[in-house]
Amino acid sequence: MNKLMRTMTAAAVMAMVGFVGQAMATELVVVSWGGAYTASQQNAYHAPYMKNNPGIKIINDDSAGSAVAKLRAMKEAGNTTWDLVDAVASDAMRLCDEGLVDVIDHDNALAPAPDGTSASNDFGNFIVSECFIPQIVYSTTFGYRKDKVSRPMSSICDVFDLKSFPGKRALEKKPINNLEWALICDGVAPSKVYDVLGTDAGVKQALAKLDTIKSKVVWWTSGSQTPQLLADGEVVVGSTYNGRLFKLIEVDKQPVSMLWDWQVFDLDGWVVPSGTKNKAAVMKYLKFATDTQRLADQAKWISYGPTRASSAPLVGNHDSLGIPMAPHMPTDPLNAKTTLLFNYEFWADNRDDLDSKFNAWLLK
Amino acid sequence: MEKIQENIVTADGIPLKISLARAQRRSKIVAFMMVFPLLVFIVIAFIGPIADMLLLSIDNSIVKKILPKSSEALQNWDEFSGELPGEAVFAAMVDEIKKAKAAKEHTKIGSRFNYESSGFSSLFRKAGRKVNKLKTPPFKEALIKSDKRWGEIYTWQVIKQNTSRYTEGYYLAALDFKRQFASGNIESLESKDSIYLKLFFRTIVLSSLITFLTFVIGFPLSYMLSTVSTRISNILIIFVLLPFWTSLLVRTTSWIALLQQEGVINDFLVLVGFINEEGRLAMIHNATGTVVAMTHILLPFMILPLFSVMKTIPKSYVRAAISLGAHPWKAFWKVYFPNTGAGIGAGSILVFILAIGYYITPALVGGSSGTFISNRIAYHISSSLNWGLGSAIGVILLGIVLLFFVFYDRIVGINNMKLG
Repeated sequence: MNKLMRTMTAAAVMAMVGFVGQAMATELVVVSWGGAYTASQQNAYHAPYMKNNPGIKIINDDSAGSAVAKLRAMKEAGNTTWDLVDAVASDAMRLCDEGLVDVIDHDNALAPAPDGTSASNDFGNFIVSECFIPQIVYSTTFGYRKDKVSRPMSSICDVFDLKSFPGKRALEKKPINNLEWALICDGVAPSKVYDVLGTDAGVKQALAKLDTIKSKVVWWTSGSQTPQLLADGEVVVGSTYNGRLFKLIEVDKQPVSMLWDWQVFDLDGWVVPSGTKNKAAVMKYLKFATDTQRLADQAKWISYGPTRASSAPLVGNHDSLGIPMAPHMPTDPLNAKTTLLFNYEFWADNRDDLDSKFNAWLLK
Repeated sequence: MEKIQENIVTADGIPLKISLARAQRRSKIVAFMMVFPLLVFIVIAFIGPIADMLLLSIDNSIVKKILPKSSEALQNWDEFSGELPGEAVFAAMVDEIKKAKAAKEHTKIGSRFNYESSGFSSLFRKAGRKVNKLKTPPFKEALIKSDKRWGEIYTWQVIKQNTSRYTEGYYLAALDFKRQFASGNIESLESKDSIYLKLFFRTIVLSSLITFLTFVIGFPLSYMLSTVSTRISNILIIFVLLPFWTSLLVRTTSWIALLQQEGVINDFLVLVGFINEEGRLAMIHNATGTVVAMTHILLPFMILPLFSVMKTIPKSYVRAAISLGAHPWKAFWKVYFPNTGAGIGAGSILVFILAIGYYITPALVGGSSGTFISNRIAYHISSSLNWGLGSAIGVILLGIVLLFFVFYDRIVGINNMKLG
């Protein structure tokens, strides 16, 4: 009996110690996209930060895909349980608009470049919203099966050319990007794309161009679908995020090549949910995780370009493959001969309307 | 007689009637206390959210909240007069955008109007940037100078027609109607622009087809399950339940591997020479894919109620019918089949109601011809953030389900349903 009592007391004390120990560590819930992307953040940011700051425990949550809706629901419920969220720029702007995320003072909150350039100058135009801390540049672009085409695809208009490149195509089930590409291939000057798309006639023109390949399109809703469709040989060419194609080509060694023509640049970065209970700890973490070296480090694990000008020269080799990463960056001069930058203002205005028109067109 | 009863008292001197009522009240309270947690749960988890959804689909309080004075000032303006509103409206608007800007709400109101007419999002965003420079009246010219759209009558027509506390705008959109703000008329969209009515129709048609297919496949299977020995039927039931316990995503993805053009079934058909390389069948990323995958996924919901009903039908019924001279087919049709009605009804309504709200499977295998109305609800809730429209579609879908339920109750009777 005595022995039992002693064991139980010891167990209770140990449980208490464990509990206290846990309570002392600050847990930061970081919401991101999961998969290879979260892994790259874990390796480049979280792991070194936790090593230097034993009091911080970073917990990954993979629900960035529904972050906008969830943040709104959390705000309405008055209980924000997330500390940091990874969001694409357009969502960051919407979150900022709705007051769901905090405004950032970039120069005070973030580290300057090694040469002393202020953070806001180092990030430059990529700070598209006052709440947004840019992290990576990614692009939506095409990959094609090099063993199933008669000659390499080099122009975005090859996607619309069923005669020279027969077979199915994978496109995202959204008007965004598809309408722009359709107009460019229908002869609209790339600089005029959004002027034309702003008119009813322009939308009709874009949809008419898409009509020419509609019967051959597999519509995807998640970024992982196109790599799978390409690997299965289900489609000849398909759009997705360039990092997914990098993995398909270099890690999975599939017979796929990149078609960078008129890739659409977009940004991904951090937003701090307003109402987080660990604001100070998050800001301290962000200062570290968005400095020049850390952003360059992330490119060791994923082929997305760092958003700091000062990080670009530091991009090295892939962590496990050992190949230089610079040629796989969407921002590499050889890849970025023709690019569009996601037009945030245009899509904020026209997203609802064009989405209706696009879906009506899909149903025809 | 009554008088005597009133005079009867219990041992402690209280009339029996009162004492009895007390005892009964106590037991009623106890009974109520026992169901109370369930009641609270249902109110919080079920009735509350539905009421909230109903409210959300008509709520327009944001306009009055952020633009109270402008809304009021606009009431004195005739939107069909062909003239812009006066300085008072512009002054109120500038003042309220300033306040909204400080509270970070000016873009919220912009998004609200943008649901009704494209362009308002940037209009208010831009106004938020410029409005603090407008310090002294007259504001009318200054605001128009900051963005010429403020000088268009149409802009103010949209605002004025959306100032009331409640709006029918979301329901109009969910039923493919559009308000023409220039004339104030409500017009239905042309067939080529219609989305939601087509999707509602498709959802009902495909769900009915799926229900029918689960019945066609499930009925003979359940019959077999109920006639073989218990040992074998237990093993077979496990085969029915095993996929039921497998993740929905895994089952859906397996169908992609089977049905796609470079998939197992097409490969086999090409191998045996049934079709040639060019003639590979398109069985996925279209309505066929949705129907096949969902029929498989929902099959257990048909088999289980059917099985449980069939097991209870005595075998002697059919034997008696045959021994009385009925053809085996007639014995089955006239004696056995009517007895399975409760199971068919339960299975059908379960499968149909589940099918009508499905969205993961149609999103993955439905392409553009096999998606359901619930995919649009998911889009509006999680992506476009137009919760009002998402709620309105949800309320209509709920209405359709209830309608089918009432319909079912009239024809089959809900009391005849047997779930197991």
